Amino acid sequence: MKKHPLYGLIAEFESPEALLEAAHGARAGGYRRLDAFTPMPIEGLAEAVGFEKTRLPLAVLIGGICGCIGGFLLQYYPSVMDYPLNIGGKPFNSWPAFVPVTFEMTILAAALTTVFGMLAMNGLPTPYHPVFNVPEFELASRNRFFLCIKARDPQFDLEKTKQFLKDLKAREVYEVES
Amino acid sequence: MEERSSQSAPVEVEHAVIGPGHSYASVTDKISAIVLTQPTSKGWIFGFMISFTLLMMMMGAITYLLLEGTGIWGINIPVGWGFAIINFVWWIGIGHAGTLISAILLLLRQRWRTSINRFAEAMTIFAVSCAGIFPLIHLGRPWLPYWLLPYPDTMGLWPQFRSPLVWDVFAVSTYATVSLLFWFVGMIPDLATLRDRARHKIIKRLYGIFAMGWRGSAVHWYRYEMASLLLAGLATPLVVSVHTVVSFDFAVGIIPGWHTTIFPPYFVAGAIYSGFAMVMTLAIPIRTFYNLQDFITMRHLENMAKVMLATGLIVAYGYMLEAFMAFYSGNSYDRFMILNRYTGPYALMGAALILCNVIIPQSLWLRRVRTSVPALFAVSIIVNIGMWLERFVIVVTSLHRDFLPSSWGMYYPTRWDIMTYVGTIGLFLTMFYLFIRFLPMISIFEMRGLVPAKPGGKPGSWS
Repeated sequence: MKKHPLYGLIAEFESPEALLEAAHGARAGGYRRLDAFTPMPIEGLAEAVGFEKTRLPLAVLIGGICGCIGGFLLQYYPSVMDYPLNIGGKPFNSWPAFVPVTFEMTILAAALTTVFGMLAMNGLPTPYHPVFNVPEFELASRNRFFLCIKARDPQFDLEKTKQFLKDLKAREVYEVES
Repeated sequence: MEERSSQSAPVEVEHAVIGPGHSYASVTDKISAIVLTQPTSKGWIFGFMISFTLLMMMMGAITYLLLEGTGIWGINIPVGWGFAIINFVWWIGIGHAGTLISAILLLLRQRWRTSINRFAEAMTIFAVSCAGIFPLIHLGRPWLPYWLLPYPDTMGLWPQFRSPLVWDVFAVSTYATVSLLFWFVGMIPDLATLRDRARHKIIKRLYGIFAMGWRGSAVHWYRYEMASLLLAGLATPLVVSVHTVVSFDFAVGIIPGWHTTIFPPYFVAGAIYSGFAMVMTLAIPIRTFYNLQDFITMRHLENMAKVMLATGLIVAYGYMLEAFMAFYSGNSYDRFMILNRYTGPYALMGAALILCNVIIPQSLWLRRVRTSVPALFAVSIIVNIGMWLERFVIVVTSLHRDFLPSSWGMYYPTRWDIMTYVGTIGLFLTMFYLFIRFLPMISIFEMRGLVPAKPGGKPGSWS
């Protein structure tokens, strides 16, 4: 695919309602490579730009199970296999006493998976991203709401898409250099 | 300023979680200005200097401890656990309110938590840091703390996994790690705001590094919110487990006064009680000095007072049941322990504990007290003291007279005990002063979610 000189077009909106409406409008207009940028989470926006679901909960579940098994083995191996110590005639595999550490290791592994999984799936840290080339994008972390149509979109055409975004009642439309 | 919100303000405003007339921009600008554009105030410098001096005093006390050993403290046989364990439990309990506010209240969709959760989480991390010092310096050889961790060492030895003290290592270190992650993840969008608002190139770069290129993409927000919920779900059982394990340190032992099943629930309730008291102690001066009455409203203070009242009653129930069980069990050692606790040589501490933790907080039943800022501040300080006394009473009165009168003794803290304790307060405040100066102390993006969608509309239709 030919690399477009532009990353895409980005439209500025003043309210979450306007952005949400525009995102639905762009989907209805046949655009598929969309992204939206907002200063706070907006319910329904991810779905509006075509995002279906995240596998983060599954990753966390797997992380938690690994932590649970690992935490138990961490205690089982020394207590039963490597250095069995008879304490008051109790069994070497005194599993009830191993519950607290197993529990803590479950939580630790699941929490680490949550945080690093979320960052990895989001592709963070991102040292460079084209949207920051638009000076007005600074306001995306204050009080403005942005909708981006990427140049990779098969329907992308600089003039037509620009006009399309203006018709969606954008306050302003900027070109994003890649 | 307090008078305005408590007396003349109409009821609707008093119950709001955010003051009237705020927009996305004004919320952003007001909170980020504290970090970016407001000059460092004289009060901040003065407070920081005092805290830092106390921190240096702690460093001095610990240095002397490393030279001389724990003999410089007041601990002895029978009281082998003195200030170190009292302060450890006190600090770790304080931390629990931060996790409660950020995790449990998130799951319960209590929107009033928004403006206090950030600094409550910071408080958690700083309190856990202070707590972590004590068990480490209480080790006979504090330079070998890694012996607590299971690793295949050349001595062929392992930690004793059937001991609550080893559970404690795992509980506290997991708690510290998860709290730190939770705090940092919660701050990423706000660090991006500071990056975008900063005008100085180096400052912009520094916030930019920690914001990791956050750009507020809708897809990112989706995963971010999912991660926040998952973390809250994980932190909720964690916070309950941590103080449960701390209480096991006592309850698994066979000492009368420690060996009771009421300990886990009553320790957890006590932890939340003292934690909310500390949040209140910090929130009241902060909202006054930084003019944040619009964000930390009377509604927040009143709700915190209600949580304190509820958890305080659970703690009072714990004290009552402890005494009841001592007599009901028919165990003469337990009965002696309770009589000794409230009538023996430390009776004054026991009485002060009941006064601070049970009697005075009952004033929170009165709406007049719950809506008076000075009264709330006073009660919160008293509860902080009361909860410290509780740990003193549990540790010292249980140990100093156990089964055999021939092994009875007394415990008096030395100046080094006191210097180390006061020094950790300095450490806590030093970190807190740095936090409010360099990081957004209120979650900006969550406050934007509370802004009414239309002027005069209901707060928080978004998020």
